[in-house]
Parts: sequence; structure tokens; C-alpha cells
Amino acid sequence: MKKIEIKIPQQYGSLIGLLLLGALLSILSPSFLSLSNLMNVLNQVSLNGLVAIGMTFVILSGGIDLSVGSVLAFSGAVLAALLKTGLPDMLAIVLALALGTLMGLVNGAFISRFNLQPFIVSMAFMTMYRGATFVFTQGRPITGLGDTGVFVASGRGDVLGIPWSGIVLLAAFFITAFVLDKTVFGKGIYAIGGNAEAARLSGLPVKRLRASVYAISGFFAALASVILTSRLDSAQPLAGQGYELDAIAAVVLGGTSLAGGRGFMVGTIIGAFIIGVLNNGLNLLEVSSFYQQIVKGAVILLAVLLDRRK
Amino acid sequence: MMLEMSGIQKSFGPVQVLKNMQLRILPGEIHALVGENGAGKSTLMKILGGVIPKDAGEIYIDGKPVEINKVRDAEKIGIAIIHQELSIIPDMTIAENIFLGNELKTSLGLVDEKRMNQQVEEVLSKLGLTINPKERCRNLGVGQLQLVEIAKALIHKAQLIVMDEPTSALTDHEIERLFGIIRSLKQEGVSFVYISHRLEELFSICDRLTVLRDGEYIGSANIGDLSFNQVISMMVGREIGDRFPKKTNHPGEVVLEVQHLSRAKAFKDISFTLRKGEILGIAGLMGAGRTELVRSLFGAEPADSGEIKLKGKAVSIQSPADAMKLGFGLVTEDRKLEGLFLDFKLDFNIMAANFEHLSKHGVLQNRRITPYVQNLIQSLRVKTPSMYETAKNLSGGNQQKVVVAKWLGRNPEILILDEPTRGVDVGAKREIYEIMNELASKGVSIIMVSSELPEIVGMSDRVLVLRLGHQAGILESEISQESIMALAAGV
Repeated sequence: MKKIEIKIPQQYGSLIGLLLLGALLSILSPSFLSLSNLMNVLNQVSLNGLVAIGMTFVILSGGIDLSVGSVLAFSGAVLAALLKTGLPDMLAIVLALALGTLMGLVNGAFISRFNLQPFIVSMAFMTMYRGATFVFTQGRPITGLGDTGVFVASGRGDVLGIPWSGIVLLAAFFITAFVLDKTVFGKGIYAIGGNAEAARLSGLPVKRLRASVYAISGFFAALASVILTSRLDSAQPLAGQGYELDAIAAVVLGGTSLAGGRGFMVGTIIGAFIIGVLNNGLNLLEVSSFYQQIVKGAVILLAVLLDRRK
Repeated sequence: MMLEMSGIQKSFGPVQVLKNMQLRILPGEIHALVGENGAGKSTLMKILGGVIPKDAGEIYIDGKPVEINKVRDAEKIGIAIIHQELSIIPDMTIAENIFLGNELKTSLGLVDEKRMNQQVEEVLSKLGLTINPKERCRNLGVGQLQLVEIAKALIHKAQLIVMDEPTSALTDHEIERLFGIIRSLKQEGVSFVYISHRLEELFSICDRLTVLRDGEYIGSANIGDLSFNQVISMMVGREIGDRFPKKTNHPGEVVLEVQHLSRAKAFKDISFTLRKGEILGIAGLMGAGRTELVRSLFGAEPADSGEIKLKGKAVSIQSPADAMKLGFGLVTEDRKLEGLFLDFKLDFNIMAANFEHLSKHGVLQNRRITPYVQNLIQSLRVKTPSMYETAKNLSGGNQQKVVVAKWLGRNPEILILDEPTRGVDVGAKREIYEIMNELASKGVSIIMVSSELPEIVGMSDRVLVLRLGHQAGILESEISQESIMALAAGV
């Protein structure tokens, strides 16, 4: 008997998974393919998608960032507090983004400067930043943030029916995919994930690159916090809990290697959509949220199993 | 034990790597298995060790056919394979490593550490090794680990031990000891298959040899009946002429002056000069500080004190980036760990040290990259299907050329090559020598660290000899293996 071998480049493997999932859901639920539901999915995916974009930089470099959920919560709380002082919303957003970037940079600086394990360091910052959020908010939501302007549009507005959050996500995707694929900076990130010592001996600024991926991760966590805070019209001290795991799941579903050096941004976006479509589909089918978790875990397990053959 | 393999065939996908292969090992002999990289030596040994299955052919032990389908089968028959990359778990003790998977049990079924340690101690002392079996392997040197692997083979009562490049990381002293042990085990009737690129070694220790080329059996002979050149021409299938090409370079003015360079625990008070278009060899035994010295010159681990002058001007080299700006390039000792991005394509590997020249405002310029990479692949004659091949799929010699290409793209003034031909087959070695000569005649200054004395003698204009981190001397003329060894060993 002749063995038939089907080779699918890794980016397309996850795309096929997404299409199959979509096809299945459109059969099971007539409302799945409706325009309003698809835009709803896009809106839902944008948060995890943005965090996962930042996480992709970190994982490609051979690291991991568990602090993103806490960065999101803290920068969201600061954003809300700034808005309450009456600061112009654009300025408040820029400050929140800068804060998130700085928080990521501090995390990354410890990892690269002292050559520490990213898992442990980012877990320490996850805990500290969450604690800082509780201190800052005194454990209570910050509400009543206003109802006009860029801030409100980011989480609730749309253009021709396409949610702003989705547009932000797609723009972020195109920019970061370009950066990873076409710039010296992007190649440097692949290089340190592939072989950090060879990268160092090729004259690449390994320490700076390593610190910068965490800054990028912090930036995207803060960007997600703007959308979330706007959508909820409040900052919650518990916001973003567990987001780091969803983001890692999206990156891995997209075929990026947790060992670093191998993967693509397009995979991450597809991975985020797989998770988003799955959540949406299970909701449409009125599957209890208890079962949803089991299904989500099983899908991740299946994806990793399929990925193993490479 | 007498081993006979005949008609062995093996294909990986469409590529047939072993064609009708045969091998006969007599009891108590040391048998050399030689061939260029890709000749099929490792594949044949993996089949013998039960690591991969054969497609066709028979294996006979003492005239009786045997089936070897898994590693345990080979172990039961008494075949032990010591791979080039030692299979030792660093954080386990010597005894734990040796008995891994075959732990001795007490009557209660618990691991009997006492008995294991006892047995290991006996075998180790037989090998002349006085280390505690409870020592963690992390704390042992490569030479000692090699002996631990042999001890493991002996504990499993191996009658045939296969050694793949056992000496590539050993000092001369350790090699002597290893050879002594091999010879005494041979007296007891243990047979060896010995794989090495170092032909000198084969002539000094082996009884017979078998030559493979491109997956085919070329022939077997008593090693005493053959000359060096006959073995080489059997391996490459053609006469390759002299091992070292004729030198064509003419060293010019001094470009690099190193004065009293020191780094703690590595080397102390080293002073030398390097001329334009010169090949300076750096020789010494393992641990003499050769690699450490060149890595400091390149800024990988900066020196603590001393002065480096480039064309008369004092310079500070604190990082590889500093050294690269000054025109240095370093082809590292271990190309897989430090030189290459093994899982990445060739184009990435070749441009990795030169991103800034291939980009504009940080964005890579594909128009510039393709001709850049193609030119280097062609001028170094890298054998590859395309510039998009993954680096790990290339042979050792071609991988080495890729690392050299990475630096040549920068037009370095001083190229440092650390063990440029380690693990590279004979034909590719000659090509690397030719590249070095060509560069030197174009005015590139070359520093070459090597453990192979013939290479140092054959290629260098002058030789800096180190011993235990100190400068033992600089040979300007009468460069011979004897004069280098005398300095290196401090006789």
C-alpha cells in the first residue's frame, strides 16, 4: 500500500481548522453566518487578538509573558482614573499605552539584564501588577467615564458596521506582520529565539531585543485595556484575569513554537479567531459555559497533537 | 565475537543511503570505519545498534543470524554504541547514568544504589579512573564522560563497542589514556568499531579498516598495508593531491598588535602581532586558552587588561558588535551551537551578521539580499539545492562554508577561524584551506585556532603556541609538529 502524505505549510494548517470550524457552525446554527454575528465575533476576538499579537513577539524570542492580564488591568484602571479627572481622552489613552509599555519594559529588563527565567519573572510581575491594581482602585470598579470621543468609539463604535476594535486589530496585525517579516528588528527577534548565542556572536543587540519584546507585549495589553474599558464603560480590578492563557493558546494554535524562533503573525490571528469563533459558536448553540471550557481545552490539545507531526 | 553484516540496504524517502553494504568485524580487533560525511557510517551503525530498522540484509553474530529491531536487542547481543554526542544526563550520578533503565533492585524492588555504586566503582578502577560513582556527571570533563560510557558498555558485558569520533573533544593526554584502555580491552577479546575523521589516529590504533563512499562498500584491508594517501583516495574516489594547497599569500605590514592581553581564569599576558594577508596559527593543548583568547579579541568575553592596537591605534573591544565595526569576524569552534541558526534557512544564516547593510531605515531590501546571498553561496561553492534550504540539512563542510560566508559578506579585515575543519570531511577540508589561502592573498589577515597539528603546520605563516593560559612561544620558522608540541607540552 502506498502511503499518502499530505503536507500543509503550518500557517495553512490552522487556517483550514478555522474554515472547518466555521463550516460546521454555519450548518449547526443558521445565525452564525449573519453579518451582525460575524461583526460580533470580530469585536469579541479583538481583545485576545491584540494581547496575542504582543505575546507572539515574546514567544518567538523564546520567552513567555504571564503579566499581560495584570498590565491590562492596571493600565485600564489608570486610564479610567485619568478620564475621571477630565483629561482629554486622546491624552489619557496615550498615557495608558505608555504606561503599559513601560510596565512590560520593566518586566523585560529584569529578564534580559539578569538573565532570569521569563516564566518566573513575568509571573512575579503578574502578581505585583495585579496587587498594584487593587491598591490603586481600592478593589472597586471605576465607573461613569463619559459617552463621547475616541475613547468611547474604541470599544463601542463602528465604521459602516465594522467595529473600531476590529479595525484596530487588523491594523495591528498588518503592521506587526510587516515588522516581523521585513525588518531588521523582526529578524533579530527570530534570531534570538532560534539561537541566542549565535545571534550575540553575529553582533545583534540580544539584551535590547529581549527587553523590547516585553515592552511590545505590554503595549498591546494596554491597547486591549483601552477597548475593554470603553466597552464596559468602567475599569474592573479583576479585568484581564486569565488573558495570558488565552493569548498563549492563540499563539500556539497558530503554529508558533513555544521553544521560540519559529512561527508567524498570521498564525496568531487565525488562532485568536479559532478561539473566538469557538466561543461564539458554543454560545449560539447554547452550550453551558461549564462545557465550553472543556471544549476549548480539547481543541487546544487536538491542535498541539496535529502540530506534532512536523 | 564475530560480526558480519551483509547486503544491508536503507533508504530515507527517495534517497538510498546504504546500497548493499557489508561489514565484517573479527573477534578482538579494532576496526576503523571511514568515509566522508554522508558516506553512510552513522546510518550503518544506527542499524547495528537497533536505533533504526534496515530495509534489507542480514546480520550474523558468530555465524548465526540475529534480528536487531530495537536498542535493547543490540544490548542483549553485546553491542554497545557510544555516540558522538554523549547520551549522559548531567544531573544524575555516574552510577545512575550507567544503570539508567537497567537499575539493580533490592529484594523489596527498590533501587539498590549500594550494589550499583559498588559495581561501577570496580569497573571505573579497572579503567584507571578514580572518581566516586556518586559524582554527578555535570562535574566531569568530556574525557571522563567518554570513559563513563565505556564503563557502561563493560557493565552491560558488551563484546563489540562502536565509538563515533571519540577523540574530537579530548586532550592529547586523554587520547593516550583512551587508546591504552581500548588496547587492553582488545586483549580481553572485546572488538571495536572506530569512526574518526582523524586519519593519523586510525593508523595508530586500528588493525583493519573498511571504507564507505556514497552509501556503498568500497573495500576492507589491513591498515598496515595502506598508505595515508591510498586511504584518502579510497574515501573520496579520486586523488586529491596534497592535503594542503600551495600557499600564495605574501604577508604585509602589521595590522593588529596585541599586548599583555589577560582575562581572569582564561589566559594571561598574551602578546603577538598579525600582518596583513598573514595566516597566524594558534596551537596548544585542550585548556590552553586558545578559544578563550580569540573570543576575547572578538569581544564575546572581553579581556580584563592589556592593549589591542589596530593599525597603530589603540581600540576597545567590549562586544562582538565593537569587534565587527573594526573589521573582525569570528567563525566559532562549535558551528551548531554558536555559529548557525540550524532551523533557519541559508539566506537568514548568511545575512545574520550583516543586516544593517542589507536594510534601509530598518526595513530589509529583498532586491539587495538575493544577489548578496547567491554570490556568497557561489563563491564559496556551498553545495545546496537552494538558498532557502534549512541549515541543518547541509553536511558539516557546507555548514562551515555557510558560517564563513556570513563573515565574508562583511569584507572582514581580520577573520578568526576556531577549528575551521572540525567534523568536516577530507574533500571539504581541502576546499576550506583553499578559501583561507585565497582570502590571505587578497590581504585578509587570518587567525586560525586548531587542534590538528598537521593543519597548523600546513597552513600557518607563523604559530602562536599557548600552554595553560600562558604564551609558550611564537614560531616564525621551522614550524613542525615536533617544535609545536615541545612548546605546547612544555618539554
